[in-house]
Amino acid sequence: MKLHTLAHSRTGDKGDTSNISIIAYRAEDYPLLCEQLTAERVTEFFQGLREPGAAPVRRYELPNVQALNFVLPGILRGGVTRSLALDAHGKCLGSALLELTVFD
Amino acid sequence: MKTLRIGSGAGYSGDRIEPAVELAEQGDLDYLVFECLAERTIALAQQARIGDPAGGYDPLLAERMRRVLPFVGRHAGKRRLRVITNMGAANPVSAAVEVRRIARELGLSCKVLAVVGDDVLAELRPEQVLDNGQTLGSLGERLISANAYLGVDGILDALREDADVVITGRVADPSLFLAPQMFEFGWAASDWELLGRGTLVGHLLECAGQVSGGYFAEPGLKNVDDLARLGFPLAEIDADGAAVITKVAGSGGLVSPATCTEQLIYEVHDPAAYLTPDVTADFSRVTFTQESTDRVRAKGATGRVRPEQVKVSVGYLDGWIGEGQISYGGPGAVARAQLARDIVLKRLALTGVEMQEVRAELIGMDALHGPRSSVEPWEVRLRVAARCDERSDAVRIGNEVETLYTNGPAGGGGASKSVRQVVAVASLMLPRDRVNARIEA
Repeated sequence: MKLHTLAHSRTGDKGDTSNISIIAYRAEDYPLLCEQLTAERVTEFFQGLREPGAAPVRRYELPNVQALNFVLPGILRGGVTRSLALDAHGKCLGSALLELTVFD
Repeated sequence: MKTLRIGSGAGYSGDRIEPAVELAEQGDLDYLVFECLAERTIALAQQARIGDPAGGYDPLLAERMRRVLPFVGRHAGKRRLRVITNMGAANPVSAAVEVRRIARELGLSCKVLAVVGDDVLAELRPEQVLDNGQTLGSLGERLISANAYLGVDGILDALREDADVVITGRVADPSLFLAPQMFEFGWAASDWELLGRGTLVGHLLECAGQVSGGYFAEPGLKNVDDLARLGFPLAEIDADGAAVITKVAGSGGLVSPATCTEQLIYEVHDPAAYLTPDVTADFSRVTFTQESTDRVRAKGATGRVRPEQVKVSVGYLDGWIGEGQISYGGPGAVARAQLARDIVLKRLALTGVEMQEVRAELIGMDALHGPRSSVEPWEVRLRVAARCDERSDAVRIGNEVETLYTNGPAGGGGASKSVRQVVAVASLMLPRDRVNARIEA
């Protein structure tokens, strides 16, 4: 199943770091997300977009609101103010991540 | 025990104005807060102030105030409405002068106070190091601003002085909302748990429509009604920091646990340690409960002792960004756009354009997230952008894209070009006793 059907997402920016929330629509799907959406998997998905040598991706759990928060240093390449990216804030990153497949 | 009602009238400088007027008129509010300063807004405002010593505040300040001031102050049978805003940007004192002028023009009497002390440029030493590794001294003439994130202190002083309108420069966003809660309920500056709760309310409200259905809709999965008339949020808060997020009845949008959860995590890193100048807030155990339509109860925030250091945002000039775009459509569009990309990059090399960094991408194919699409779209748009030390080099980027009209592949159309100066932002930390807020009448 595509993550898009199980969860929603919003992306924030601070400096050159993005944070992406992944929020399960249904509480019963949250354990599946915790098990399969590892920091490693998110790192791999955004391979090539992050600054070489950037600090590792971190994952935080918010079980009461059935959400995960991924923090991605170095993905905004110098931050909103200097970045040459079309989406300098990285606002579209969370939507991209919903492309991941989650297995039952 | 009284319930405090705080509304959010703007989530950024250019935000819609009617929803704020709707809140002022129909929200039955005690406070209307306008949060209008993004990371680099204040550096841009500082540049404006260099050109005009009486300028450097939010360009929409006058329009917003003209629309909401008639509802501010004491009106028979209604709560007293006060306004708190960081629209002072780089010049809160001049912004306050402008608001007083507008009030007089409208025949209103209201007390307007400015909070200053965030501008710490004169305090800093050349050997101080930014988070990007550069020293301040190395920026030389390019350094344009240094603003510390103030907390609640100056706003509390202004409220004690009975201000109807409080205008600040750089203040941490949630502090704009925490200050009136502390003032009205008499919360101590060391009651970390209450300050954590009040900071949660501030964090949920600070982006205005982003908690009441804006930036949320996904047709078929997350439907939101009437975003063209999106209602901005308000919070009903009790003296113990318990809060309900809601909006004016009849306005567009949606307040649900899902909208609140998206905003809860927005721009947060470790949810157990959300740092502000006032408190280390802990949002990790927050819960949301739908009480009725568009009413959500937020619970479970707490807090610990505030950080010893405060963040300072430093703005500096960092060259120029030149950009050009051109579209290709129909069969073979992608191949022609790729050829166009190769031609522009070769031209920039042949003509010796000096660039720090360059990007060339096809909007519709690989511009946002790299090459991921396996289907060829009907149309694509080539975008070339480069950061250059000199303006004269940056201008060449758009020019080389534009010359594709008569020199490039078949069928390019709709070329556009732009050049802008880069105002970059970095940060450093200062001990909190080096930063002192004060009010100016």
